[in-house]
Amino acid sequence: MEVYLDNSATTRAFPEVAELMTKIMCEDYGNPSSLHIKGVQAEQYLRYGKETFARLLKVNEKEIFFTSGGTESDNMALMGCAFANHRRGRHLITTRIEHPAVLNTMRYLESVGYKVTYLPVNSQGQLELEELRRAMTPDTILVSVMHTNNEVGSLQPVAEAGALIKRMNPGTLFHVDAVQGFGKAKIYPKKMGIDLLSASGHKIHGPKGVGLLYVGEKVKIQPILYGGGQQMNLRSGTDNVPGIAGFTKAAELLYEHYEDDVKRLYQCKHYFMDGIRKLDGIRINGLLPGKNDGEGTAPHIVSVSISGVRSEVLLHALEEDGIYVSAGSACAARKPQPSETLKAMGIERTLLDSTIRFSFSVYTTAEEIDYTLRTMYDKIPMLRRYTRRR
Amino acid sequence: MFTAFLIKYAEIGIKGKNRYLFEDALVHQIKFALKKCEGKFLIHKSQGRIHVEALEDFDFEETVEHLKRVFGISGICPVVYAEDEGFEKLCDTVVRYLDDVYPDKNKSFKVHSRRARKDYPMESMEINAAMGEAILHAYPEMSVDVHEPEILLNIEIREKIYIYSETIPGPGGMPVGTGGKAMLLLSGGIDSPVAGYMIAKRGVKLDAVYFHAPPYTSERAKQKVVDLAKAVSRYTGPVWLHIIHFTDIQLYIHEKCPHEELTIIMRRYMMRIAEQIAKETGCLGLITGESIGQVASQTMQSLIATNEVCELPVYRPLIGFDKKDIVEIAEQIGTFETSILPFEDCCTIFVAKHPVTKPNVKIIRRHEHNLDEKIEELVKTALDTKEVVVCT
Repeated sequence: MEVYLDNSATTRAFPEVAELMTKIMCEDYGNPSSLHIKGVQAEQYLRYGKETFARLLKVNEKEIFFTSGGTESDNMALMGCAFANHRRGRHLITTRIEHPAVLNTMRYLESVGYKVTYLPVNSQGQLELEELRRAMTPDTILVSVMHTNNEVGSLQPVAEAGALIKRMNPGTLFHVDAVQGFGKAKIYPKKMGIDLLSASGHKIHGPKGVGLLYVGEKVKIQPILYGGGQQMNLRSGTDNVPGIAGFTKAAELLYEHYEDDVKRLYQCKHYFMDGIRKLDGIRINGLLPGKNDGEGTAPHIVSVSISGVRSEVLLHALEEDGIYVSAGSACAARKPQPSETLKAMGIERTLLDSTIRFSFSVYTTAEEIDYTLRTMYDKIPMLRRYTRRR
Repeated sequence: MFTAFLIKYAEIGIKGKNRYLFEDALVHQIKFALKKCEGKFLIHKSQGRIHVEALEDFDFEETVEHLKRVFGISGICPVVYAEDEGFEKLCDTVVRYLDDVYPDKNKSFKVHSRRARKDYPMESMEINAAMGEAILHAYPEMSVDVHEPEILLNIEIREKIYIYSETIPGPGGMPVGTGGKAMLLLSGGIDSPVAGYMIAKRGVKLDAVYFHAPPYTSERAKQKVVDLAKAVSRYTGPVWLHIIHFTDIQLYIHEKCPHEELTIIMRRYMMRIAEQIAKETGCLGLITGESIGQVASQTMQSLIATNEVCELPVYRPLIGFDKKDIVEIAEQIGTFETSILPFEDCCTIFVAKHPVTKPNVKIIRRHEHNLDEKIEELVKTALDTKEVVVCT
């Protein structure tokens, strides 16, 4: 049995997506910038994409820009905003638990003279608004906060943060990295005070190599790629028509069954957490106080610390039985790199190296979860028996 | 400009009646090495030399790079072929050759000609003198030095005329395959690929064995070892990598034996298994990357303990090397970058905080008896389920 529980890393594409993309690559392969009919046909997919995402996010078509994925969207938002607004100020704010696409871009901006504040999170992995309020200065040009944390699934108070930012300094731009959140929660930038929003195709059963950045109409940003001037001069490069069409299709399909899917994902999560709790020496990370059912956290992510078992070993042990998960922190014996998110949440040192992430999708079945739980009941005692004795 | 290479070999030259075996092996290895290069080559031996002749356009740098990895070659001379169209034409060609190869003319030279084709109208001494004069006439800034010339210009008169003056050093050693075959214990660290390289350089063909311990070592750790075997195979030709699933044996030792002795007992079983495969595949020895005192299992006492389980000789070419020297070779042969990738190997996963450094062989043997019940069967299963990957 093959059980894929690493849907936060990437997802299986919907068959409709693959089908549509094949058709575009083989038949409607024109360049949307070409003047002839082949180009015009290709351009239709692009228009339809912008239309669709504009509808799903309740924004304008011309505010949607397609990129090569989450990383490019984050880079474009952060660098584009910092460079275009450096005369207004040189201070940026983010959190300590962002994806490396944000954190490392921030570090780059620090190296070219910007000042960045990295906000701490509480033990549930959430940003506290008070911290944000205190960090804001008249010099702050951008705040970047992720929607859903990729490692523990904590949801950040983006709407509240958006309101706070606009109240304190209407000129400060607000970027939200919604790579993990898009499709799992309803996000409406205009209602939430969001000026820039990143999303990615392959996390929602679309193709890899395509993503989007929402850029509010009045937001001034500078391109980070220069070339043929596609997408209103903001993102040059021949449009990835099959990717964009596939991404669009995936989003459409996802939103069609949105309510049911999210409900089912939460059911999976509850069921799985109940099963996990039957093991001793475990701890589920990122749950809100008094909400053991996972309310207020992402529907598709469960982060579990299992004492006495190294995450990498458990990962490979599950892999032997066809179960694919992620190590909560990428670790190797000689090069420990404990996860920044888990450290920021204040997880004990001994558990940092024992944390596994399970992430579900609409394809996940109850049978698969049962099989996974059974395998874990089976293997964990064995793995605990053979450890490095100290 | 260059259209051929003259291959010089060192030790083969002193062989007696079986010399042709070494030469044939070298030709074979050169053919294998050049298969991956752009262009077609004719490789032939004649009159105690090996010639590599390009039959079509080729990439000079790439070809030299590949030849430099063939053991047995001591020098590679890029050669220009000229047709025999009279001595004057030849002088022109040589003058042009010098201009191409030595933009800076402020050098001393000597012409060394050989007249293999005896119907050539001039004798070699005459050629030397006349050619020297022509060169001095063309480049007055050059000077003749017959004792220690900076440029030794060779002119060989055969069917065609060969002109060469440069020698690119080769790796030396003996052609792979002339010295039998040995089994390399490849761990994924820095040392073992270097050890394999050094023994292969003496003409030994390599097989390798890797001990894989899923789920404690990952698929990527295995891939890393395959990559290392591939890197070594650029010098040695195809390497058969035997992958042994070692987890059950390791856990069994972990369960039954004192923890401080785990590594040493584990290594004894690795040697036994390696020897068994070696015997089955016709290997005449084992190769390890051990160096005295580097880690607990490589003290002289530990080496006695791991050595005594094998009948075949165990070759340890790095035994007297410092880590720094080993790293240097690893960098030079291009295995270092891969070796330092941070994946766990089977030797480190259960290692005790304070493993024994001076094991007493008698005690180790006694503790090994704790394993009597199941170990033979586990070893047999490990051998039966081994995987083989051919790395080239």
